[in-house]
Order: sequence, then structure tokens, then C-alpha cells
Amino acid sequence: MPEVWSSIAPHPWNLVAAGAAAAGLLFAFVGGSTFLAIWAERKVSARVQDRLGPTRVGPFGLLQSLADGIKLIAKEDFAPDGADRFLFRLAPYLAFCAAFCGFLALPFGSGLVAEELDAAAFFVLAVLSGEVFGVILAGYASASKWALFGGIREAAQVVSYEAPRALCVVVPVCVAGTLSLTAFGRQQVGGFWNWYVFHDPFTFLAFLVFFVTATAGCKRAPFDLAEAESELVAGFHTEYSGIRWSYFFLAEYGSMFAVSGLASLLFLGGWHTGVLPFEPAERYGYWVGNVLNAGVFITKCWVLVLVMIWMRWSLPRLRIDQVMETCLRYLLPTACGLLVGVCLWQLAVPAAVGEVVRFVLAFGTLAAMLMLFASLLTPDGDPTPRGDLPGVWAGRPTPLTHPLSRGGRR
Amino acid sequence: MTLPVALFAVVATATAVSALGVVLSQRIVRSAVWLLFTLVGVAVLYFLLGAEFLGAAQLVVYVGGTLVLVVFGIMLTAQGPFDTLTTRPAEWAVGGTLGVALFALLAHAVMGVEAKPAGDGPLPGTGPLGVAFLGDYLLPFEIVSVHLLVVLIGAAYLARAKRRAKP
Repeated sequence: MPEVWSSIAPHPWNLVAAGAAAAGLLFAFVGGSTFLAIWAERKVSARVQDRLGPTRVGPFGLLQSLADGIKLIAKEDFAPDGADRFLFRLAPYLAFCAAFCGFLALPFGSGLVAEELDAAAFFVLAVLSGEVFGVILAGYASASKWALFGGIREAAQVVSYEAPRALCVVVPVCVAGTLSLTAFGRQQVGGFWNWYVFHDPFTFLAFLVFFVTATAGCKRAPFDLAEAESELVAGFHTEYSGIRWSYFFLAEYGSMFAVSGLASLLFLGGWHTGVLPFEPAERYGYWVGNVLNAGVFITKCWVLVLVMIWMRWSLPRLRIDQVMETCLRYLLPTACGLLVGVCLWQLAVPAAVGEVVRFVLAFGTLAAMLMLFASLLTPDGDPTPRGDLPGVWAGRPTPLTHPLSRGGRR
Repeated sequence: MTLPVALFAVVATATAVSALGVVLSQRIVRSAVWLLFTLVGVAVLYFLLGAEFLGAAQLVVYVGGTLVLVVFGIMLTAQGPFDTLTTRPAEWAVGGTLGVALFALLAHAVMGVEAKPAGDGPLPGTGPLGVAFLGDYLLPFEIVSVHLLVVLIGAAYLARAKRRAKP
């Protein structure tokens, strides 16, 4: 992006201006996404639990995060007596910086990237692995046994899950032959059957494994052992309050969006719609095309984040030994097998067979999703009569069918 | 002063200051945090030089791996809540002498090497690096790989669950 600024400012200052603009835009994106994602998390969780969620602040409760933010800023920011204050205060910023720096190398469109890196996929993984350090420090510096347990669990979990996550990133890298995320996006232009998730069965499975390990790497439920509230009060952030506490959430949602962006670039066609057979930035010009690109990319990120939220509220939390066993005994060997498999596929399978498999995978997935949506949208054949209870409770008395005023309790 | 020189000055100063912090802080975990800043500073220097792969490798190996394990080890083994280090004068003397000697050696070596003029073209990316690893430098690469594998197996052997024979 420095080319845009070179017409406005002389040489060293155009780079400075481009950097400042990119940092500001990315910060606005991370902040705004977190703002909306917290609202979405509360709404989705409420719907899953048959509640309404926030409704009072703004339309549909959209401004709930703002109200929460004001409350958090107004709260007292204190550290426990025994804590190491310097580390206690530093830890949330470390976690947030790591999550934020991951976005520096994520392209939102063709050439729409803060810093074009040759090894961007590796860089994003490397930077995101630093987030765990903030969490461990928070757990250690709090001088509280709950926080310490949370920190230790986080260290063990995240360091273990990094290995299968990195191996799953290598699988599409083997197919694409590059580590540059911009090149990844450009290679997946055209129909959605060109996306790398449908390239062969190994990349398809690698996407699923990557998504699970990425969820665990963001310490999201069902892998949120670092803050398991049923055992550890609130885990690593037990002693935090006020705005400092909310930085951890900024970091968590930031890294959720970062891994979702990485997943959509590596597997799901990046900024391409999957329908247009050309690159919008070349057809409509840099700015118009890239606004469309960024919109598509952000939508894909949001879909993956919503799936993470959906998983969090649908699945029960695993035990810590189950979490470690899932990773070391199942996900890690699976990821190694997928890596070997995709290399053999690239070497041995003839191109015609590869094309057939690609179309079968792509259209099979599309058909499965369409059937799923159709089954969700069609009404049941025999709807329960109004006032009656469904399923195994059919025929039982309710206050509507047997008003208490007449018959009373049976 | 050009922009790269200014950036180098800022990053190098920050790296050096945090390196001093590693040596001078009394608490082990604070040392680890200063070490984090030192290692990140070195990674940023690599990025400034255009060696992106090396910088990312520095981050993933040292920050994501080694430092986390250091803090993990301290958390598992510390007796009190915050362990402090006390340094005796003799240790200061030995450490200081060694440090000055190493610095002198490195400075002498650096001054002896003629700096290449900075090229304008893009640096070779990860592709040539990988080809070099699996081509000209295959034997050293494999020796290092096998060495790491031996270390891994040894660590797994030492840390294995010791099963007692049931009475």
C-alpha cells in the first residue's frame, strides 16, 4: 500500500503513513469485530439456551458491548497484594499484542495487506503462538492457585496443539507450493471447486483438523480448560478486573478472527466469492474490487467465528486429560498421516482422477449443506397442536389444556 | 538519518536494554519476560533485514516454544511464589569477565568481516532456502534432524511413566 501514499508524502514518510494507516485500520477491524462478536456470542448462547439474550441496549441489544465497556472502564483496576505487579499489568498487553500482530500479514484482498510477507503463513502461526505467553504470565503473576493452575493448563494445552495446527497448515502449503498468503488467495480464483479444501480428501480432512486445533489454540470451549469455571473459578484471569480483564477478551476474539482468516485463506478461497470466474480487483479496479474482496473475506471470517461460538455453546467441556489425549493420541498422528497422504497424492495420482475427486468433494459438500438447510427450513409433518407439549411429553396436561382454575392439579 | 537506520537504532536499543534486564533482574520469571523482549527484538531485526523466514522461525522456536517451557518449568518447580536469585560477588566477577571476553571476541570478528553493499533486489525467499536444505546441505540438515530425534526419544524415555510391578 505505500504506492498510494507516495503521491502524498515524500519517500520515508509515505512508508510511515502507510504503516500508521494499516495499523489504524487493523485496530479498528479487531476492535469492531470484538465488539460485535461479544454481542453475537451472547445472542447465540441465549438462543441455544432458549433465552432472549441482550435486548435492552440499542436495537436488538447491539450496544450491549458498549455498555459493558463503560462498566469495565468505570470499575476499579487493582492487583492482589501478593502479585508481581509489573508482570500482572504487563500480561494482558502481551496477549493482545500477539493476537493483533497476526493480522499484519493477513491479506484482506488482492494486494490489500498491511505487510506483504514471503513467509506469511509461517509468520501468522509464529506470532499467534506468542499469545500463550501472556496467559501464562497472567496465571503466574496473580499469586493465586486458581490462576496458576489455569496458566499451567494453558501452557500444556497450547504448546501441544501447536504441533498438529502447524502440520495442518503444511498440508495446503504442499499443494500450493508457497508460504505467501497473497499467492494462496490468487491461486484459488474462480469457482468454489478451486478452493484447496476440495483439492483432495487429505486437504478436506486437514481443514477439519485445523479448525479443531485452532479452536483449542484460542482456548475456546470445548477446550477452555484454562478458565474452566466449574473447577478453577475463572482460571488465569481470576484476579483481573475492569478494563485489564477485557484486554484478554480482545485478545481471545482477535486470535479467533486471525485463525479464521488464516483458515479461509489457506482452505476456503481467501477473498474469492467462489462464484465469480475472475479476480474482482483486476476487473473493477483496485479500490472497488478490493472493497468487494474485503467484504467477502470478512464474511468468511465471521462464518467461521460463528461456528466456533456455536460449538462452544453446544458441546460440553472436555477434561484436561481428555484434551491432552485428543491432541497427542489422535490429532497429531492424524495430521502427520494427512501430510504424508497429500505428498503421495501430489506425486502419484493422475490429474484426471484428481479433477474428478475435486468435483465430487466440492459438489458433494454443497449438496450436503443444501439438504441440511432444506431439512431445517421445511416444517415438520405433524406439528404439535397449540398448547400441547411435543415429543415424549405429548398428552401430558399443561396449564393451557387443563387450566388450574377449573380442574386444579391432578 | 534514513528510515531503516532510525528503525534499527530504536529496535537495537530496545533489544540491548532488555538484554540488560535479563541479567540484572532478580526474579527468574522477570528475567524470562526480559528475555522475551530480547528475542522479539532480534526477530524484528531479522525482519528489518528482510529475512522473514528466519524472523518467524525465531519467534516460533524461542517465544512460542523455549520461553513457554522455561516459565512452565519455573511454575512446576518453584518452592515459593516468586523465586529470587542472589548473586555472590565471585559470580559477578566470573560472569562479568566471561561476558567482556565474549563481547570482545564478537566485536573483533564483526569488525574483521567486510560488510557487503546492500543490494536493491529482493532477497531470496523460502523456496531457495528449502532447495538448499534438501540439496547442497542435505547431510548437515539430516544430521541435525537425527540429532533432534535422538534428543526427543531420550526425553520421552526419561519422562516415561515408571510402572511398578503390582505386589
